[in-house]
Amino acid sequence: MPLEVHIEKRLPEFTLDVSFSAADGPLGILGASGAGKTMLLRCIAGLEHPNRGRIVLGDRTLLDTERRVRVPARNRRVGLLFQHYALFPHRNVGDNIGFGLHDLTGGERERRVREVLERTHATGLERRFPREISGGEQQRVALARALAIEPEALLLDEPLSALDTHLRSQMEVQLQETFLEYRRPSLLVTHNIEEAYRLSDRLLVLSRGRVAALGPREEILRRPPSVEVARVTGCKNFSRARTISENVIEAADWSCQLRVAQTIARPVAHVGIRAHLIDFAESSSGGDTEENTFPCWLVRSSETPFRITLYLRLNKPPDESGRFELQAEVFKEKWQRFRGRPLPWHVRLSPESLFVMPE
Amino acid sequence: MAPSAATDWSPLWISLETSITATLITLVAGLAAATWRERRTGAATALVDGICLLPLVLPPTVVGFFLLLLFGRHGPLGKLLLWLGATVVFSWPATVIAAAVVAFPLMYLTARAALEQVDSRLLEAARTLGATEWRVFREVALPLAWPGVLAGTILSFARALGEFGATLMLAGNIPGRTATIPIAIYFAVESDDMRSAVAWCAADIAISLALLSGLYYWTHAQGPARWARR
Repeated sequence: MPLEVHIEKRLPEFTLDVSFSAADGPLGILGASGAGKTMLLRCIAGLEHPNRGRIVLGDRTLLDTERRVRVPARNRRVGLLFQHYALFPHRNVGDNIGFGLHDLTGGERERRVREVLERTHATGLERRFPREISGGEQQRVALARALAIEPEALLLDEPLSALDTHLRSQMEVQLQETFLEYRRPSLLVTHNIEEAYRLSDRLLVLSRGRVAALGPREEILRRPPSVEVARVTGCKNFSRARTISENVIEAADWSCQLRVAQTIARPVAHVGIRAHLIDFAESSSGGDTEENTFPCWLVRSSETPFRITLYLRLNKPPDESGRFELQAEVFKEKWQRFRGRPLPWHVRLSPESLFVMPE
Repeated sequence: MAPSAATDWSPLWISLETSITATLITLVAGLAAATWRERRTGAATALVDGICLLPLVLPPTVVGFFLLLLFGRHGPLGKLLLWLGATVVFSWPATVIAAAVVAFPLMYLTARAALEQVDSRLLEAARTLGATEWRVFREVALPLAWPGVLAGTILSFARALGEFGATLMLAGNIPGRTATIPIAIYFAVESDDMRSAVAWCAADIAISLALLSGLYYWTHAQGPARWARR
């Protein structure tokens, strides 16, 4: 039961103009803040009205501006999960979930409430009020409330972003479980690439209201079609580039020529490499003769618990400007092995790790 | 010091009946207007706002004068009522109309502020869960805005109880029918009946003070903590 969306909505900063279709299962929607992600969900849920467009869910047309069809939010059967849960503070958990089950008899409603609470691992909270339970529990209840009406699509607007690290990973497991059994179109809005990647096989990248990329997650990560998509999916290293031959480019900002594994079809505008894919030649005698290998100097570094980010200057020693060309991310064990070595080190930008982006 | 021996308690009952009826009317009208207003933006709404608030700033005599024009024998509403066989001017309903019109802005203002403070995402969540607009209002917006709406109700009641100018113009001073406490006070002073005047003043102050301090007590005692398991 696919969800088809073709909408245009004028916003103060830009026009949201997207067209895509989502099959059953989760689709991660990525984008910088203000790219229109939340607005897109609100349009599908019926809380905002696009200027033009069509939204079809299964065999039901939810919106068709040409045929003047606009199903109100209450009849769309689309579950929406808000970033800050949006539980009714004056109703206990049972009554929050029961809110959407207005038409059922008391006993039937109670049974359904119990059942969805089981599915979201929040049993026993029925009589508690939202302010009496933790953020993680609140989001579980909100998920149960959305699932209770048996929606035909599920929209999740940054469902994890208000939770702390521990609760976040627990809730992520919950969402994985829910997606496994729910099996309807589920749009997951997030700005965290790792979260999106773990939770959904397919990704959609929004950029200023337009679909910048849509496809299987591996493909988008390996070959982002534009700098914007590469950046949103967490890539840190870019250089302007021009084509030299079929698989050699010149990277202007890195002042070097690089061989790439991709066959270059169109004129190339940029080249990029992900920080964790930058390799260091183990022996210092590696030499500059080896393919795509260049001397580099450490400008500064910054540590996270398990990894270290190295800011590197290519081909020449650093100066007072603090300029660097590359960010490399390495595990600390590896870092321990070569941190003592004399500079310059040698980085290798393997042809398979490099990706080129057209104009 | 109670009103003198042959006390006529009617001003008290008239005042209470008038204020309660007028408050109920303003409650419904004020909520309806506030809800209507909350969903709209634009220049026309500013004019509506102005009209809704006008009775608050105009001298009550001006309000009374316009009500007389409206409900008088030659006024549009007066004619309509006459055709239905009823006259409003100088009757008990006139005290209610005057009090309701003068109390309305307070109800409108507080109800609007209270409804605006309700997190709009809660209303949206209710809609995605299949609720009709009426259910959204009755089961989400109104309960959450209730402390403010109640405050507005009490303020409106107090204002209705204190209404004098417009009431005098539209309803006059008919003892036992339209003479509310404020009017009784005015005419007691005019006829040099200081004992009654003082007694009615005391009654008026007592009722208003009880209402207002009750309001403050209630709003402070009842924070969001009331939405917890007891």
